[in-house]
Amino acid sequence: MTKEVSLDHVWVEFENFVAVEDANLTIAGGEFFSFLGPSGCGKTTLLRCISGFQEPTLGRIRIGNHDMKGVGPNRRPTALIFQNLALFPLRSVADNIAFPLEVRGVEKRERRRRADELLEMIALPGQGDKRIDELSGGQKQRVAIARALAVKPDILLLDEPLSALDLKLRQHMRTELRAIQKQVGLTFIYITHDQGEALTMSDRVAVMSRGKIQQVADSRTIYDRPATSFVASFVGENNAFAGTVLAKDGQGITIDAGLGVPLVAALRADSGVTPAVGEPCHLFIRPEALVPMTSGSPNSFEARLVKEEFEGHMRHLLLQAGEHQLRMSLVNNGLGGSVAGADGRLTVGFVPELAVALPLGLLASA
Amino acid sequence: MKDFLGIRRFFAGLVERNGLAVSLYLTAAVGIWIFLLIILPQLTMFDYSFHHNLPPAKVGGPEDVYTLEHYRYFLRGSGNGSAYNVLDMSVLVRTLVAAIFVTVFDLVICYPVAFMLAKSSSAGRARLMVLALIVPYWINEILRAFAFRILFGSSGVINEFGMAVGLWGSPIDFIREDVALYAGLAYAYILLMIFPLYNAIESLDINQLEAARDMGATRLQVHTKVVIPYAKPGIASGSTMVFMLTAGALAAPEILGGPSNLWFTQIVYQWFNSGGNWPRGSAYAMILLVVCIAFVLLTMRLFKVSIGAIGR
Ligand SMILES: Nc1ncnc2c1ncn2[C@@H]1O[C@H](COP(=O)(O)OP(=O)(O)OP(=O)(O)O)[C@@H](O)[C@H]1O
Ligand SMILES: [Mg+2]
Repeated sequence: MTKEVSLDHVWVEFENFVAVEDANLTIAGGEFFSFLGPSGCGKTTLLRCISGFQEPTLGRIRIGNHDMKGVGPNRRPTALIFQNLALFPLRSVADNIAFPLEVRGVEKRERRRRADELLEMIALPGQGDKRIDELSGGQKQRVAIARALAVKPDILLLDEPLSALDLKLRQHMRTELRAIQKQVGLTFIYITHDQGEALTMSDRVAVMSRGKIQQVADSRTIYDRPATSFVASFVGENNAFAGTVLAKDGQGITIDAGLGVPLVAALRADSGVTPAVGEPCHLFIRPEALVPMTSGSPNSFEARLVKEEFEGHMRHLLLQAGEHQLRMSLVNNGLGGSVAGADGRLTVGFVPELAVALPLGLLASA
Repeated sequence: MKDFLGIRRFFAGLVERNGLAVSLYLTAAVGIWIFLLIILPQLTMFDYSFHHNLPPAKVGGPEDVYTLEHYRYFLRGSGNGSAYNVLDMSVLVRTLVAAIFVTVFDLVICYPVAFMLAKSSSAGRARLMVLALIVPYWINEILRAFAFRILFGSSGVINEFGMAVGLWGSPIDFIREDVALYAGLAYAYILLMIFPLYNAIESLDINQLEAARDMGATRLQVHTKVVIPYAKPGIASGSTMVFMLTAGALAAPEILGGPSNLWFTQIVYQWFNSGGNWPRGSAYAMILLVVCIAFVLLTMRLFKVSIGAIGR
């Protein structure tokens, strides 16, 4: 069974501090949905609202068309996986997994049978009698998932479940989580401040900042067509230029970004709110969208090479253009050689389709 | 041998941390304390309990031989027949039952307080509550017992209040009914129950409580299946202390006990004091000690708590 979760203008306030501001979205049944945002932006608070540990100050939460107001966490069709897993150290692995069955009065043999079944699923067969502290980090992770799945919830909520693992294990667990989600077919609501995690695993991502949901979209849209300055600067690397709109037509928007030449960003049908002529704006150009150009080409400007970092398959250049510092990334073609002239100067530019113009807004601080 | 090595290693560690002089002082102080104040009196009592009650002149003389007389007295009384000393034995049993009752009562009222202190209140509020709990214990135990006597007296606050509200018509003799005694004993050792419980619960990760709730446990089940198993060492340690101290209490039974209710310690006291029979008093004290320890060990076995857990 899959059920959709809808947040209907949800606000959460703590003593005059707004932790969640007007969250309004619907998560489809069976979807892998992520909340992405910097620390303290309200992700956990939102998750606690869905699981029932926190009542929204305003607004409504519905799960499968049932209003969840006043429904305790023990009576919601959700299972929460805590950041620190919260396994019970005094219980064996099997007794941990069977806990949800135990509190529902399921008889002992049936509990054991179900626990063994789940252990099979998480590839830990026959390990039910181990103590929790005899397991590795990744195994504990899987036990926590099995425990959450024991009573077949409709929605699995995960609060940064991988943050405690090392990089290698984290990558492995990502694939495994995704596989489990496909296998059991439930709705996953996933919280992370790791954008790689959010972008690779999710069907859709909600980017949050200071309690406010900035954009809800699939990974590609989030990266290529950010809706706000925050999203553009938070997700991936980006060069941000503050400027003013000089002109705007059906194809593009021309901006004075203080580089001495007007720069053009393409407008598309799906470009959301764009700044009007004369208004201040932000122009975003990703490092990989910048390329060396011949002097005088449209959308190009002069820059000085400050530093080059070599990363094997990529070369990262730090440039100075006017008072802007910007980054440019080139795929290493193996031929070497400097992109700049002997004086360290070069001309760089971009195609309008790869630039994004947005109303001036708050940037994510690096 | 292994123990000896362990002690050596422990001492070496002590020296490393505190220097030789301080370590010697610490070891000597603790050693003397344990020996002089704990082992020696108990051993003396133990030895005493196997002697006849002789006038000072005859102590060490030819009549001063070992005997089981006093233990036999506890079982059989002074009569030579097959009768049992029902009186003393029933006092012992009653004392134990009362101590169990007081312990359970303390556990029941302290658990919610300890839980709230540990998990539901802010740090500042918790400190204030702890202070409020401790301050009354700055007052001497005997004074507190007398305060209870006044409180529960026939013209005490409780009777006055009960009659003013109309709960009962004439003063109830709480002293005779032993209500005052139980209340006083329960109150006397509350802190010894709260703090071990608080300590045990405090270290429990709050996420485990929420995880249990999230997985469908009712509030009650969160306690029975998560908190209580986790707090078991604290429960054992608090209960042991309260039980031992209640069973061995003397001041509260003296002051608050009804005329009909004798506490076993009062019998011990009588043998030492008005009875003038120290060996018999020693034997009775030994009996109380052994029975209490045996009972505690048995209970811990029943609830599957190891001795080591109590120290935590
Ligand atoms: N019970 C509370 N009382 C007061 N403020 C709270 C409470 N819980 C959370 N907050 C505040 O709400 C904001 C959002 O907290 P939340 O835990 O949701 O952040 P988060 O996005 O999960 O961050 P992180 O990535 O660090 O876990 C924070 O500023 C936090 O201080
Ligand atoms: Mg969080």
